[in-house]
Amino acid sequence: MIYLQLLWSFFQIGLFSIGGGYAAMPLIQNQVVDLHSWLTMSQFADIMTIAEMTPGPIAINSATFVGIQVAGIPGALVATFGCIFPSCIIVTLLAYVYYRYRGLDVIQGILYGLRPAVVAMIASAALNMILLSFYDTRTLPADLSMVNWISVGIFICGLFVLRKWKVNPILVMSLAGVAGLVLYAIC
Amino acid sequence: MEKAKAKKYRELFFSTMKISACTFGGGFVIIPLLRSKFVEQLKWIDEDEMLDLTAIAQSSPGAIAVNASILIGYRVAGIAGALLAVLGTIIPPLVIISVISVFYKAFRDNRIVSMVMAGMLAGVAAVISDVVITMAGEILKLKRLLPVIILVLSFLAVRYWHVNIAVIILSCGLLGAFLSQKDGREKNT
Repeated sequence: MIYLQLLWSFFQIGLFSIGGGYAAMPLIQNQVVDLHSWLTMSQFADIMTIAEMTPGPIAINSATFVGIQVAGIPGALVATFGCIFPSCIIVTLLAYVYYRYRGLDVIQGILYGLRPAVVAMIASAALNMILLSFYDTRTLPADLSMVNWISVGIFICGLFVLRKWKVNPILVMSLAGVAGLVLYAIC
Repeated sequence: MEKAKAKKYRELFFSTMKISACTFGGGFVIIPLLRSKFVEQLKWIDEDEMLDLTAIAQSSPGAIAVNASILIGYRVAGIAGALLAVLGTIIPPLVIISVISVFYKAFRDNRIVSMVMAGMLAGVAAVISDVVITMAGEILKLKRLLPVIILVLSFLAVRYWHVNIAVIILSCGLLGAFLSQKDGREKNT
């Protein structure tokens, strides 16, 4: 019974969260805290923090976390499955349609209009990351001098090696983590 | 032949797993990683196609990382590829969160963890900025006004006017479709 509830809750979260991570947060809160009381509000805040600190999509991370808290490892599997199931069906259908019809003029037109918009959205996400990293907030703070210089240094070095030598991004991220550990420990 | 296929499946599964294990910060961070692996390194997917797949992943329900993996898996090896890619993508968070959920309070409050995370966040910001510079460069290289206008307006819309992403995708798509029909008619007459 609890498995069915988990499955259904996370199925809805998977189905209705369009636009990724931060769009999913209120939905997860609604299902997990308000409707089912599986987590308290402070547990929910914890899992959001952890979801941001660990790899993987927020929805999957919270599905696993809630599933484990409520019904152990099987609960985690069921909740995660519920969460990705709508994507699997809908996105596979869209992939089929895209590869079948992308040669059509009208589809080419749609994609021509969409590509710059996608770049704009990634640019906005990049700016969020930069602000979060430099100032620990998502919006530009009033006092610009409160910048975290260690993060700025790591950012500039990272961007430089990426642009100059096209190194593997995973390597850059790992080295940035090591640099963070060393520099924050010293300073 | 069978061997080549098995190798492709293996490459797909382990690539998506490795990438998923490194997508800190959620959502869009996986796009540059997938791009670097499948467009630049393996050359299984071309640059424009990657943008199209990103648009589809972004405007479909569910996590962008999962959606993008499904699309790439489907492109590389059909339905089986999509399933393998999804599996590769969800295993790392599933395992990591399962382990962490046991001692999550200690993890959250650990100083060493937060120092590494602060460093990685700066690294992630650099990785995603690098991709934005490359992608915006491609758009500017078209030397057409409309894509640049769409780029700027979409950026303002998503960032400062808080327009729903689905609305932006829909209107840019419609605009593109409308203009292509108009172009087509002008060519015919």
